[in-house]
Amino acid sequence: MSLSKQTRQSTAMLTRLSGWGRYPQYQSNIFTPISLTTCQSHLATHTMPLIAHGMGRSYGDSALAEYVINTQELDCLLDFDTHSGQLTCHAGVSLAALLAVFVPKGWFLPVTPGTQFVSIGGAIASDVHGKNHHQHGCFSEYIVSLELLLGDGSRLRCSRSEHPELFHATCGGMGLTGLIINATLQLTAIHSAYINQITYKAANLEEVLALFAEHHAATYSVAWIDCLANNEALGRSLLMLGEHAPEGELHTRHRSKLSIPMEMPKQLLNHYSIRAFNTFYYQRIRQQQSTQCIHYEPFFYPLDGILHWNRLYGRNGFIQYQFVIPQAAGMEGLRTILKRIARSGRGSFLAVLKAFGKANANLLSFPIEGYTLALDFKLAPGLLELLHELDAMVLDFGGRLYLAKDARMHETTFKRSYPQWERFQAVREQYGAIGHFASLQSQRLGLN
Amino acid sequence: MQKILIIGATSAIAKATARCFAERGDQLYLLARDQERLSDLANDLRIRGANTVAYAKFDTAAIEQYPSLLDKAIAELDGLDVVLIAHGTLSDQTACERSIELTLQELNTNAISVIGLLTLLANYFEQRKQGCIAVISSVAGDRGRQSNYIYGTAKGAITIFMQGLRNRLAKSNIQVLTIKPGFVNTPMTAAFKKGALWAEPEAIATGIVTAISKQKDIVYLPFWWRYIMLIIRTIPEHIFKRLSL
Ligand SMILES: Cc1cc2nc3c(=O)[nH]c(=O)nc-3n(C[C@H](O)[C@H](O)[C@H](O)COP(=O)(O)OP(=O)(O)OC[C@H]3O[C@@H](n4cnc5c(N)ncnc54)[C@H](O)[C@@H]3O)c2cc1C
Repeated sequence: MSLSKQTRQSTAMLTRLSGWGRYPQYQSNIFTPISLTTCQSHLATHTMPLIAHGMGRSYGDSALAEYVINTQELDCLLDFDTHSGQLTCHAGVSLAALLAVFVPKGWFLPVTPGTQFVSIGGAIASDVHGKNHHQHGCFSEYIVSLELLLGDGSRLRCSRSEHPELFHATCGGMGLTGLIINATLQLTAIHSAYINQITYKAANLEEVLALFAEHHAATYSVAWIDCLANNEALGRSLLMLGEHAPEGELHTRHRSKLSIPMEMPKQLLNHYSIRAFNTFYYQRIRQQQSTQCIHYEPFFYPLDGILHWNRLYGRNGFIQYQFVIPQAAGMEGLRTILKRIARSGRGSFLAVLKAFGKANANLLSFPIEGYTLALDFKLAPGLLELLHELDAMVLDFGGRLYLAKDARMHETTFKRSYPQWERFQAVREQYGAIGHFASLQSQRLGLN
Repeated sequence: MQKILIIGATSAIAKATARCFAERGDQLYLLARDQERLSDLANDLRIRGANTVAYAKFDTAAIEQYPSLLDKAIAELDGLDVVLIAHGTLSDQTACERSIELTLQELNTNAISVIGLLTLLANYFEQRKQGCIAVISSVAGDRGRQSNYIYGTAKGAITIFMQGLRNRLAKSNIQVLTIKPGFVNTPMTAAFKKGALWAEPEAIATGIVTAISKQKDIVYLPFWWRYIMLIIRTIPEHIFKRLSL
């Protein structure tokens, strides 16, 4: 037993931290405040830049810095209006905890990312999107107001009417305007915990884009692409549509969880195993169209059933590459980029394609109207060069990369594709965030 | 629906356990040091489904206030089915070795205050002839080790006190539950490097709720600590004293 190193409560601890992609890793001093007051006094007495850390489900270095504030203990539900469905809670509350309480009461998240193990603060800071972006927009659309701890430790409420410029900088602002301490959000009423799902098989890219257009009215839609398929099969995919079932049981599932116990050997994921998996996954669905009624957990969070699945990629970790290109560039852009990836032979277990609706007013929010594709690449020699090549293509088509997944984009790429970055900096300046909040990512992107 | 008093309610394990009680719709009364955290937790538990939640500030050092605090809690709950005592601090062993004051202070918060509370609560339950007294001790109380024997002494004292209390209250039909968690990932242990033996507060909480409902006397959480501690306790002292544990 090694209870030998003793330290007093609430002191910072030095730990090796990384995002979900396990690249890069960094030695950070983590402070886990147990109340807003401890958090406030910490900010007031620490002048060095620091960054908020939610559940570490961003893939890259956006929640890494020398000094980090972990919000996991700020996890209380503070107020709930049973009529309107408006909830006020601390920023450290996880989506999983929230669903466990509210699904049985008939409420659901208006927008959810592909894992429920993210914090409310992380969801706001990344302005996350779900499978319903084309219909319902980003997470911030449902944030009524939020409260921020500024660099000097003072608290400030902001919303679309109070300090609106700070609100629009904070939603999607990757923790760089201050520490979100609580938020009021609007939940959505549901009558069942189940989703009616329809799966369509698309033989190639043309087919799947046509299906997206045809089913624009579906509430949820997402396609899984076999990114190693080439030629006529380029872009072959399964499109999944979903609607909340109009009636049924309201329960969260308590599944026994599988866990990947340790890092997998490097050789496990290679060109052949990924090709085999992708082919199997595609062929598994026999009919052109199939219908199922499934619980929301496997529908929204298929990977949450396997804890630590990121260890599959081995010691060096992996990079998730997610870009969006405008609708006009659609077919041609996706075709060019997919061809390049197929040619590289660097496959991804999961390549996810979605159609985004209109962009919102947040300064650094990722979605713009068009198509977004997310792929996982195991970190291996030559990968960074390939991604750099893909960046140039994405920029050419007028697109951009998702900051919550980014671990390596160049400053010039960022500044060209996020044209509002200067206004973002001006707001940070105005509210005293510069010099107080910074991450490895913000330093890399030139947001000093 | 049960009437439950939780002392040290904002500690990570107590918070997680309180949430389990709240989800069942129990009636809760919370005691803890920090007003802000108490009020946030009370709101949280109400939203999660607790029937009622009331709270008061509690300072382990103010022993003269114990009787009135407990009376008030019992009056507000209109009776008491379960008390869970969960407050504590993880002592800084090396600092304690250099300071009588610090050593005694650690013994006071972790042992004497608990024994003081139990003195009053035991009499209440003895008269009432039903209910459960549950106290969070620790595997650290099972054998003294150089790395944390001040904390271990306090927890060991509680474990022995609870044994005696269990023996005394058995005829009054009172459950006396000693809870012995191993390593738990809480703010109290934030500075430790975590390994395979570490558990989350939620898992400990589920174990506590089950142990109460199954009328257990002693529970190790997670269960494998029973076997680890069995081994640790059986190592002969002349060997044990040379180990760096
Ligand atoms: C399996 C999986 C699927 C995913 N699917 C999607 C998806 O479908 N759509 C999508 O949009 N994203 C998706 N993501 C990304 C994920 O939703 C975001 O990265 C999210 O921000 C992670 O939240 P977190 O609490 O883990 O934040 P962290 O990773 O800890 O932090 C992310 C950023 O938020 C900031 N932050 C965190 N808390 C606060 C706070 N309290 N105040 C201020 N800033 C804060 C951090 O500083 C950092 O910049 C997915 C991730 C995974 C692992």
